[in-house]
Amino acid sequence: MLKILKYSFYDLMRSRWSYVYFLFYLALGFVLLFLNHDLSKAVITLMNVIIVLVPLISTIFGVMYFYNSKEFTELLLAQPLKRSSIFLGQYYGVAGSLTLSLILGLGIPFILYGLFQSDAIWDFSLLLVTGAFLTLIFTALAFNIALSNENKIKGFGYAVLMWLFLAVIYDGLFLLSLIIFEEYPLDSFSLAATTFNPIDLSRTLILLKLDISALLGYTGAVFKSYFGTNLGLFISLGMLVLWTVLPIWRLAYKSKRKDF
Amino acid sequence: MIQIENLHKKFGKNQVLSHLDLRIDEGGIFAVLGPNGSGKTTLIKSILGMVVPNKGNLSVLGASIRKNWKYRQEIDYLPQIANFPGNLKVKELIRMIKDLRQKPSNEQELITLLGLEPFLDKKLGTLSGGTKQKVNIVLTFMFDSPLIILDEPTTGLDPASLLKLKDLIQKEKSKGKTILITTHIMQFVEEMADEIVYLLEGNIYFKGTIDELMAKTEQNDFEHAIAAISTHTTNA
Repeated sequence: MLKILKYSFYDLMRSRWSYVYFLFYLALGFVLLFLNHDLSKAVITLMNVIIVLVPLISTIFGVMYFYNSKEFTELLLAQPLKRSSIFLGQYYGVAGSLTLSLILGLGIPFILYGLFQSDAIWDFSLLLVTGAFLTLIFTALAFNIALSNENKIKGFGYAVLMWLFLAVIYDGLFLLSLIIFEEYPLDSFSLAATTFNPIDLSRTLILLKLDISALLGYTGAVFKSYFGTNLGLFISLGMLVLWTVLPIWRLAYKSKRKDF
Repeated sequence: MIQIENLHKKFGKNQVLSHLDLRIDEGGIFAVLGPNGSGKTTLIKSILGMVVPNKGNLSVLGASIRKNWKYRQEIDYLPQIANFPGNLKVKELIRMIKDLRQKPSNEQELITLLGLEPFLDKKLGTLSGGTKQKVNIVLTFMFDSPLIILDEPTTGLDPASLLKLKDLIQKEKSKGKTILITTHIMQFVEEMADEIVYLLEGNIYFKGTIDELMAKTEQNDFEHAIAAISTHTTNA
């Protein structure tokens, strides 16, 4: 698997898109810091960008890479290699290079600005950790969609729809249900609904870490009492891990049964 | 060498292979023939483990291939359409496959034989169909494996390269290797093959030497004999 990972990673490192992605974050980091002059504020703005953009880029990149490397995959399938290592190697290659672009692109400007002397370092690290998780989750979901759809256009469509659903529509439905059922106690419902969407989960995690949950009112208090405790943090990180592991497991499982 | 029992494969509603039994012994050139869509490529891909059969047993070199991937170390495979990652250079591709297989290889000899030196630093995406096929041939023949599977090896080759390919195949045969070939060029089969496996509608319709085939169909030349099998069944 490591060899496939190496080749996929090198292949991507030579591709223009990894650099575009890296330069985008680099530019975003510098602009935010030198216009804002405030690390904590920059972290909040970055969060809003990362929460939406990382899943989108990972989804599109994952689907594109999978379809584009069809030939490479077929070449590898005839070699003495395990199927799951071919697909997992490619997956980690894509997810790894995207994560590297994110961490380096944002890390460099923040370190230059003096991150290590600031107390925003933990907030910033959490931001990068959730960014890495979102990359792993959405690349895995994208690979799953591409593996199950022979037709490129369909696969691409489903992948974008999935992103749209989790990033935008889910929140709408969530709010709508809160309004409709406002007469009922909704604490546990909203907690559960949040943990079932990796984007919402990451957003809530970061907001609570940044301690601006006061803005969220009563629900915020409930969330804080939940996520603020060790158990809450443990459960929410566990959910992120689960969101990562399940699609990766399905990828390995499905790839063993597919015809090429 | 290869033993196939009761192989079934369906793609959706399309039954490609059914009740297929085949035994291929060690040594010699076996031509897998059959009309378009008769399941030649599916059969080959099943042997390689790229297609997962619905039913049946397949063993290569005495070991079942189910949940096994190491046996592919003993197979050299030339795919039908030479599709390579377009942004790799020829040199890099060869190095990569060598790295993946970890076996001794004699690619330099083959590169010289096929005249590929000027293309080593070119990207695979920029090569012509015939040149890609030559790269394909280098990748297939550079290892020393007891089983060689060639799916339409003649595609896109010029006459001179075709001659070199024939020599290569004969050389490998003389080492006692087993070679499976699919092709639509009957002249090539007549010249090369020791035995013919004729597939029709997902099953083995005929297996034997060229002489046996001609005796069975009562024809005097090979091309007519092959044509006779197909018409024979459409009439039946």
